[in-house]
Amino acid sequence: MTAQTGLQPDLRGADRGLGRARGSERAAGRLFQGLLMGCLAFGVLVLVVLLTDVIRDGLPRFNLDLVRNMPSGRPARAGIQSAMMGTIWVIVTVAVITLPLGVAAAVYLEEYADKTRWYNRAIELNIQNLAAVPSVVYGILGLAFFNRAAGFGGSVLTIALTLSLLVLPIVIISCREAIRAIPTSIRDGSLALGATRLQTVRRQILPNAIPGTATGSILALSRAIGEAAPILIAASGIIFLTRNPTDLLSQATVLPIQIFNYVSRPQEEFRVVAAAGIMVLLLILLLMNATAILIRNKYQRKW
Amino acid sequence: MLSLTNRSRLAAAAVGCSLSLAACGGGGDGEEVSGAAKLAGTIQIDGSSTVAPLSEAAAEGFQEEHKDVNVVVGTSGTGGGFEKFCAGETDISDASRPIKDKEIAACKAKGITYEEITVANDGLAVVVNKDNPITCLTVAQLKKIWEPGSTVANFKEVDPSFPDLPLKLFGPGTDSGTFDYFTGEINGKEGASRTDYQPSEDDNVIVKGVQGVKGGLGYFGLSYVEENPDALKAVAIDGGSGCVKPSTETVLDGTYKPLGRPLFIYASTKTVQRPEGKAFLEYYVENSDDIAKQALYVPMSDKQKAESAAKITKLQG
Repeated sequence: MTAQTGLQPDLRGADRGLGRARGSERAAGRLFQGLLMGCLAFGVLVLVVLLTDVIRDGLPRFNLDLVRNMPSGRPARAGIQSAMMGTIWVIVTVAVITLPLGVAAAVYLEEYADKTRWYNRAIELNIQNLAAVPSVVYGILGLAFFNRAAGFGGSVLTIALTLSLLVLPIVIISCREAIRAIPTSIRDGSLALGATRLQTVRRQILPNAIPGTATGSILALSRAIGEAAPILIAASGIIFLTRNPTDLLSQATVLPIQIFNYVSRPQEEFRVVAAAGIMVLLLILLLMNATAILIRNKYQRKW
Repeated sequence: MLSLTNRSRLAAAAVGCSLSLAACGGGGDGEEVSGAAKLAGTIQIDGSSTVAPLSEAAAEGFQEEHKDVNVVVGTSGTGGGFEKFCAGETDISDASRPIKDKEIAACKAKGITYEEITVANDGLAVVVNKDNPITCLTVAQLKKIWEPGSTVANFKEVDPSFPDLPLKLFGPGTDSGTFDYFTGEINGKEGASRTDYQPSEDDNVIVKGVQGVKGGLGYFGLSYVEENPDALKAVAIDGGSGCVKPSTETVLDGTYKPLGRPLFIYASTKTVQRPEGKAFLEYYVENSDDIAKQALYVPMSDKQKAESAAKITKLQG
């Protein structure tokens, strides 16, 4: 209410000056626009520099041998196969775990939860806070619960569960945003026509929340794919593994750990392998983002 | 959970030792495989990231001869490695320092008997910018620079004959074995160090740092300096009997003191009792020259080799 009354004098002021803005104000406007452009350009520039640097470094080793070879202490033979397969196994598992859980939690919080109840408010507050917990903390949790207590060892499952905890809050938050963006009229219309709450969720809410959820979830998975710290703790940072995962309980390592290990070697050639590994990681990320965009475009609807 | 356990057992029966850690820690599984021609199973190695390149080289070479043995090398750090080793989760622990009393107690509590086996030697190099005229530092001077609470901010304060250069310090992070080793040897107590330096786990960051500042000074593994001799200047260290340049030769003949050190692996009795474990350890020591060279460390002397071989025999009981 106060915001509205505070706005009114300004609006009146704008009305009075409708003829044309003063020169200094126009200059300020242009300056502001320029500033915004500058911020954008800075971000893009950093990305371009980073990409060119990685590609220039990694290109000599960016070939099939890189993904055909297992890790090695000899730079000429060093590959990333087991780490790449580990990353793929882990990320698919994370998606399978987090998507149903995240969407279900979001639907509950948006469509079913009574926000006046203390426990619903507590859940909400918790999710917001969990999204901000440093990733190493999840690593310690993963070591204690999944690796040791549950006996999964340093397996795909341990890594995936640890990363799932890490990104679940992000998935929930983005899915909630997507659900909130659906106009109330759709919901009300569905209910008014006699649909039950379950029918409304299934036929209206979920399909319309797909684009937003897809984008948010892929961002969350992209974060998971780049994490090294929690995995280092939860699954001991394996740098030499010549077996690809064959099931959820196989021991596994992931690309960020292998890349970090190659970068920290004294031999210059390993840094080339690392850069090529980064390119593979980026490529996987790019594929995931492309999928998200495809899903978004397919299901996007204008109200 | 039940199905998981059954699964593990099946796998254990099939390949001697399953992929899952839990089944491996149980030990004894490997004995089902006859020791003769075909070795199989999984050997879990974890610990120091300094020693990891050695174990990796050993694992790689060994697997070329024994394709069915799966050797896995992790990098939890020396401390983290011992924690897992003494909990029975790993077979071999990489260590860049000897086992500590607390860790010995942990191993004892779990009934894990082991031997410390030297596999190579490492040297720490103290480096300065190429434009810095300093060529030698005594241990006392290093201590003056690095001891906790030190306020030395200029080379001139270290010794009046040194140039008037503002000092900028770089070093490894507190989790690394290199940090423990340097602080123990120079400051007299492991982990005791001034804290207003630029820490990094990545040697390259230290290199770039020292290259970028004329008064830069840092320390890290000797292998880096040997690989990149033109990047920085490694200063000679005076440990009481004159200035000695860090090099493979001076580390091995013991004159580069006190910053030359042996690197170890710890192997348990259970590991040696498994045929693949015994074969791997023997391979590690027999090929230690090549392994050390590939991992850019200083190979063992003949005396060290004989001692290591004797330790493996002793483990077999």
